[in-house]
Amino acid sequence: MTKVKTLADLKRLREELQDKIHVRESGDHPESIVQVKVAMATCGIASGAKDVMVFFMEELEKRGIDSVVTQTGCMGYCYAEPTIEVTLPGHAPLVFGFVDKRKADEIIEKYIKNGELVDGIIPITYQSINESQQEGQI
Amino acid sequence: MKDLSLHILDIVQNSIRANAGRISVGLNIGDDNFLTLVVNDDGSGMNIEQAARVKDPFFSTRTTRKIGLGVPLLLQKAEQCGGSLSVSSAPGNGTEVRASFLTTHPDCPPMGDIPECAWMLMVSNPDKRLIFNFISASEEWDWDSLQIREALGEVPLSEKSVRASLLNWFQLDFSNFKGNIKT
Repeated sequence: MTKVKTLADLKRLREELQDKIHVRESGDHPESIVQVKVAMATCGIASGAKDVMVFFMEELEKRGIDSVVTQTGCMGYCYAEPTIEVTLPGHAPLVFGFVDKRKADEIIEKYIKNGELVDGIIPITYQSINESQQEGQI
Repeated sequence: MKDLSLHILDIVQNSIRANAGRISVGLNIGDDNFLTLVVNDDGSGMNIEQAARVKDPFFSTRTTRKIGLGVPLLLQKAEQCGGSLSVSSAPGNGTEVRASFLTTHPDCPPMGDIPECAWMLMVSNPDKRLIFNFISASEEWDWDSLQIREALGEVPLSEKSVRASLLNWFQLDFSNFKGNIKT
């Protein structure tokens, strides 16, 4: 394999790869694959979301799970960072809080692979401080 | 934030939220031992009122929470180690955040894994043009996701072997840049 140190090396790598890869069709249909969104605002990053995101990118590929890992902003669960949102094909999105590498591994093995629920789900009825204050004012 | 690479991730998120198409991140090390970080974008920019409050931790344009600590934390870090932070912005003209750090100061933050940070931002934001630029007294390095995508053609950035070699390339360049820093 070409060792890439410049853009020219990258072009050579492209030529090597051209025949081997087939353009992934799933890229056009994100709803048909597992979607993982990692909350990466200040609160998430300060709590270690970067390592969690790299973990998901590497491990899902290693374990042969067709998936897309993306970043998202703050979902208002700053107290529970790092948080991630997992959407299995045909399921409603679920938000998990306090996701470190160990929790991430559990989520992949139990929820993503088998659909089995694990601890740490943030209920959709959870209200952030703003939301509950606004409700109080009404 | 443990290191500079996390601050970069954080500040770049602000640019992404401002719908920037091009975001450049510059690290510049001069003879005066000051390390300067510049994040510049072509996003929506801020009006005078917003720009004046950006250093205020109790200001955010988000509706999910009332505080915004991204810029204030970077400001604190810069001022702790003899540097400073400035923000310039105008509506429609993008934003520039400039922070400097005295590298010989004991409180100067470590660089962190900047290659991984650049790589991650490029892979997870394939529709943005991200430019990383490092200037030391004698040399200069550039990583431009637009040029990288052009060189790759139809091969996506997310392709496994591309991702791996990109990260290796960045790491090699960055170790050269770091080698030029006097501490």
